[in-house]
Amino acid sequence: MSAQSLRPKVVQLYKTLLYLGRDYPKGYDYFRTKLKNAFLKNKDVSDPKEIEMLIARGEYIVKELEALYMLRKYRTLKKRYYPDET
Amino acid sequence: MSGLRVLVGCKRVIDYAVKIRVKPDKTGVVTDGVKHSMNPFDEIAMEEAIRLKEKSIASEVIAVSCGPPQCQETLRTAMAMGADKAILVEVDPATYEKVQPLHVAKILAKIAQENKIDLVLLGKQAIDDDCNQTGQMTAALLDWPQATFASKIEKTDGELKVVKEIDGGLETVTVKLPAVATADLRLNEPRYATLPNIMKAKKKPMDKKKPGDYGVEIVPTHKVIKVEDPPTRQAGQKLETVDDLVHKLKDQGLIPS
Repeated sequence: MSAQSLRPKVVQLYKTLLYLGRDYPKGYDYFRTKLKNAFLKNKDVSDPKEIEMLIARGEYIVKELEALYMLRKYRTLKKRYYPDET
Repeated sequence: MSGLRVLVGCKRVIDYAVKIRVKPDKTGVVTDGVKHSMNPFDEIAMEEAIRLKEKSIASEVIAVSCGPPQCQETLRTAMAMGADKAILVEVDPATYEKVQPLHVAKILAKIAQENKIDLVLLGKQAIDDDCNQTGQMTAALLDWPQATFASKIEKTDGELKVVKEIDGGLETVTVKLPAVATADLRLNEPRYATLPNIMKAKKKPMDKKKPGDYGVEIVPTHKVIKVEDPPTRQAGQKLETVDDLVHKLKDQGLIPS
């Protein structure tokens, strides 16, 4: 697979991450700057294998963020509604 | 028997992470320009409905929300999670302030009858008004059995076996269908509505109705007298030495002098 054909995948990943960033605890602006820098840092990567690897890492972060949000919500609610439980 | 038809209530509330501010005139809280999202307990109810569908116990999941036009977004989220269609009972923002659990319960009951619903799944309470009434009232209006604070739902023959969270333990009840169930925090872990699914949800059907279509008039049955901030915690004190601390404790009568 050529590097060019991976482009849509990268764009899709970027969009997904941007969307997730809207719920980021430190704020959307913080997240977007970080995200942009992270993508820009690798803009010269041209080896398809390496790009695949970076996409996989991005998808891993997507999963982590979803888990983070879920936990954060769960913990907030637990603290709010079940104060006696440890 | 074919699959169950499940109705899920999705209230749009101020996001759980937002710091709530009370309006200066103490009539309510500031909602303008504040991030809103789906009530977390309703999310749990929705997740349960979708899981029932994935296990082929439920055949159709309908999301319903009652409120201002912005509730569409909440319903889109519900459909992105996996609901098949949505019903928006539109109430203009001014009237919405007067909407109380009884009105919503009446609307839900009517929708449940019209759509031949077998199971109404709701969150146990909304995180904005903490009423914890809608599920119970809906069950009463429909004269259906109710299983509140569910932490586990299993389907047996024509019945639901529900484990409920009660003070100091768990209670297991069986209810005949049709029934109303309300979700507690530990029922499941809701999935995240992903971006592609939100896009796909835009193609799913959404009906728009008015409370009048269900013969419900929004006349408040109780009055909110005032809304106040919770008392703030008093600031602590830093003491220099142990002697100071002992003195303080003795002054307060916390240790024998």
